[in-house]
Amino acid sequence: MASLKDMRVRIAATKATQKITKAMQMVAASKLRRAQAAAEAARPYAEHMDTVLRSIAASVAGLDSAPALLRGTGSDRVHLLLVCTAERGLCGPFNSAIVRLVRDYTNKLMAEGKEVKIFCVGKKGYEQLRRQYERNIIEHIELRSVRTIGFTNAEAIAHKITDLYEKGAFDVCTLFFSRFKSVIAQIPTGQQIIPPVFEANGNGGAAASYEYEPDEEEILAELLPRNLAVQIFRALLENNASFYGAQMSAMDNATRNAGEMIRKQTLTYNRTRQAMITKELIEIISGAEAL
Amino acid sequence: MATFQFNLVSPEKLLLSGPVDQVDVPGSEGDFGVLAGHAPFVATLRPGILTVHREGGSMRIVVSGGFAEVSDAGLTVLADIAVPVEDVSRESFAGFVQEAEEAAAKAPEGVQRDKLSLRAAQLKELQATLAT
Repeated sequence: MASLKDMRVRIAATKATQKITKAMQMVAASKLRRAQAAAEAARPYAEHMDTVLRSIAASVAGLDSAPALLRGTGSDRVHLLLVCTAERGLCGPFNSAIVRLVRDYTNKLMAEGKEVKIFCVGKKGYEQLRRQYERNIIEHIELRSVRTIGFTNAEAIAHKITDLYEKGAFDVCTLFFSRFKSVIAQIPTGQQIIPPVFEANGNGGAAASYEYEPDEEEILAELLPRNLAVQIFRALLENNASFYGAQMSAMDNATRNAGEMIRKQTLTYNRTRQAMITKELIEIISGAEAL
Repeated sequence: MATFQFNLVSPEKLLLSGPVDQVDVPGSEGDFGVLAGHAPFVATLRPGILTVHREGGSMRIVVSGGFAEVSDAGLTVLADIAVPVEDVSRESFAGFVQEAEEAAAKAPEGVQRDKLSLRAAQLKELQATLAT
């Protein structure tokens, strides 16, 4: 049995751990607030972009001259999965949930005989996917050194993707990230970004009477890569907010577990201590009686 | 004077939103003014100064490119970067221009290069306007 001293050390260690998890929780909470504000601030741009793109796309739909980014390559043999995860762990099932979704999707595509390529953003997703799909991963980017995610980061990624697309490296691109629903709920989501999918809405036909300057094609040629960057930017921001949300609840759990552990350890410690005192007393008394 | 809804958004945030009298926009093929009741219209922007006229005065904003969309709902400008003229620092803008010039010089001969050098030229012009 562990000596009393060992137990005291043990309790002190658990208390130290609890202090760390508590601090991490508080840091995550304050960062979450900022990340959430950033994600919300980016929303109007993405929404407006979507409306503009949707109305232009409606007017060029079906034309042969429509850019490849909008039209697609006409096949869906090679899939590129753009997987956005966090750079750090200690956030509960956050990274694993995204990876699980990607894994299911990959297996499904492979079963259909399609080729799958994976582009990882974030270290954790890369580490987890590497075990199983080493051959499929064509690129990975780490954003560890980036303090606050700016639009330029997303643009750089979008640029790489369009380059790959123009070289004919893939036909369909799907973006994976975790959508931020609330502090306790983050939903891993897959969203097809090339060719873009527009959800059907009722007033799509009415807005088709725009005038363009310069012409539609030139505008589209600029708009589409930018839309890609905006989608990625939004995904990164949502991911960031989700990450802090997940980390916060994970650390909250850890703090509570540590508290529970301290309670149990203290109980055993006190029991052992009392047992020893009792034993000593018995020894003294029985010694005195023997005289 | 009739007003219309104007939204100025950048990827990071919504910068301006509200009723305005008139907006002068630096389009890639020439400046254009938007008043209430403008026909539906989509245009790309060049780096330049966007002027907003509204009740209680006007406001000048430097934009670095993007899109403008006019619809029944009003005017929406999707700018890459948008900063009020008063807040633009000369030094950082000079750095910006230099970057564009270097990018243009580095790009391979062709359409890409033409585009980049056009952008650099437009930025320079804007710089000259800002200096006065």
